Amino acid sequence: MQDLGDGVDARPYGMPSGHEAHVVRRDVPWLTADPVSSVNFTPLHELDGIITPNGLCFERHHAGVAEVDPARHRLMINGLVDTPLVFTMEDIKRFPRENRLYFLECAANSGMEWRGAQLNGCQFTHGMVHCVMYTGVPLRHLLNEAGVRTNARWIMPEGADASAMTRSIPLKKAMDDCLVAFAMNGEALRPEQGYPLRIVVPGWEGNMWVKWLRRIEVGDAPWHHREETSKYTDLMENGKARRFTWEMDVKSVITNPSPQAPITHGKGHTVLTGLAWSGRGTVERVDVSLDGGRNWRPARIDGGSHPMALHRFYHEFDWDGSPLLLQSRAVDSDGHVQPTKKALRAVRGENSIYHNNGIQTWHVRAGGEVENVEVS
Amino acid sequence: MSRFPDIRTPPRAKTRGLGGRRAFSRLVLSASGILALLAGPAHAEGYGLGRAALPEEVAAWDIDIRPDGAGLPPGSGTAVEGEELYTDNCAYCHGDFGEGIDRWPVLAGGQGTLTGERPVKTVGSYWPYLSTVWDYVHRAMPFGAAQTLEDDEVYAITAYLLYMNDVVEDDFELSRESFPQVAMPNAGGFFEDTRPDTPTLTQAEPCMRDCKPGPVEIVMRARVLDVTPEEE
Repeated sequence: MQDLGDGVDARPYGMPSGHEAHVVRRDVPWLTADPVSSVNFTPLHELDGIITPNGLCFERHHAGVAEVDPARHRLMINGLVDTPLVFTMEDIKRFPRENRLYFLECAANSGMEWRGAQLNGCQFTHGMVHCVMYTGVPLRHLLNEAGVRTNARWIMPEGADASAMTRSIPLKKAMDDCLVAFAMNGEALRPEQGYPLRIVVPGWEGNMWVKWLRRIEVGDAPWHHREETSKYTDLMENGKARRFTWEMDVKSVITNPSPQAPITHGKGHTVLTGLAWSGRGTVERVDVSLDGGRNWRPARIDGGSHPMALHRFYHEFDWDGSPLLLQSRAVDSDGHVQPTKKALRAVRGENSIYHNNGIQTWHVRAGGEVENVEVS
Repeated sequence: MSRFPDIRTPPRAKTRGLGGRRAFSRLVLSASGILALLAGPAHAEGYGLGRAALPEEVAAWDIDIRPDGAGLPPGSGTAVEGEELYTDNCAYCHGDFGEGIDRWPVLAGGQGTLTGERPVKTVGSYWPYLSTVWDYVHRAMPFGAAQTLEDDEVYAITAYLLYMNDVVEDDFELSRESFPQVAMPNAGGFFEDTRPDTPTLTQAEPCMRDCKPGPVEIVMRARVLDVTPEEE
């Protein structure tokens, strides 16, 4: 006999099955001094398709999650504008909206791997990325409403959290495709992602996507604030640092199999899958290698191809049970080819922390266990 | 024709009154607005949303400082004054000498390490602009009590950070006036993005066959220095 289940009101906001309780964001406690100013990671190996569920989007806070009452929240636009303006959330929702699918990647994603293989799991090596559909208002509508002066060249979004996060963004980007977003995947932003309002800066490093957005200043020069000088600058081998490295380069990773997701079925037909993305457009193709980058074959992209969004790729094959060295290599619509880690280190050294888009290698052993390795 | 003509937009007014946008909108409509509604693109002149920010509101919220000193308030503080403030407000995380407790940021020293194996990026060794120090201390510090310091205290703490990094003497007084005199040691240490610095299709099609001379060897394993968090 089959027992009756819960009625319709038992789960007014539905949650995943209890059997999926292990599918959560995880952090690496030793990475940062305090969880209030820290990061956790999206469980990429547990997901499929190209949309990240809202509750699994990785978190990065500099002063904890701000709790904001939308009724009291205001967005101010000031600086080099004809009329400094203040908007309520209600005002913002009266502008024409757009829906756009974008990935958000932290510039430090894979940063721990610059000096060599460190973390056993794509959640930790590549999990500072997520991809959702944003609903928001093109920022140019708000800027035009205030009237941008002719000498304006930059904007500076500012957050309402205790770090009052700021970044300088060129006005051109702001007028081109930035959004002021209030929804993700069809529902209000999650508090961890900036509820009630965040700026969306497509294809550019996640730190610029200021959460809990409360002010945008328009200016004629960049502000050179802490997160664009002391942090998010890329130190080269000669001791000089690149700054304003905004675009996230073409990148991919095999999510299954991977160290947290070994092959458990033994030899036979298997499905290899992973994610690819580029801040410079769409991913045109992904190649995979089973022998450490000696021979490559094209993977199959499925689930849509949207600019500056995650792409899902698959490669189905018959595993003979022998060890594998898995790699994936993406090529974007701008002609950029995902480089090897060796090629990256040759031009940047090992101290740049940010923008590591090198090819990842997973070693699948005969028993199906998987480990993070580097190869000749 | 819209049932709600008054949500349509009036011509843009340079002299938009404080909080009076909607009233203004109705005035315009009652006079010449109907013609404007029938002609021209609907929203070419803006949407008539939001209200003008009061100068007091802008002054209260606009706290940012730029490298040229724009935004710095009046005030001053010496490195000596900053030492006590630093000890009371900052040393708990950053250490008495700016050495950084646990994983909290190191603030002093590090000169000469940027080309080494473990670069130490501090106010003295790395930060290119003094304005960034003032702005960040004022904006985000002390951690957990941000924006509680007086402007004079921010000047003093900033002066002390410069002293800790051997940029100024202990009797140095930082103010809006003395601000331009300070030369940050790593001011010339940055350059603009020079990517792409790795292969593109214009150089070569990606190799598909026999891309490496022989069987590929494992040269490093994460297991050797396995730092993966334990599964519970």
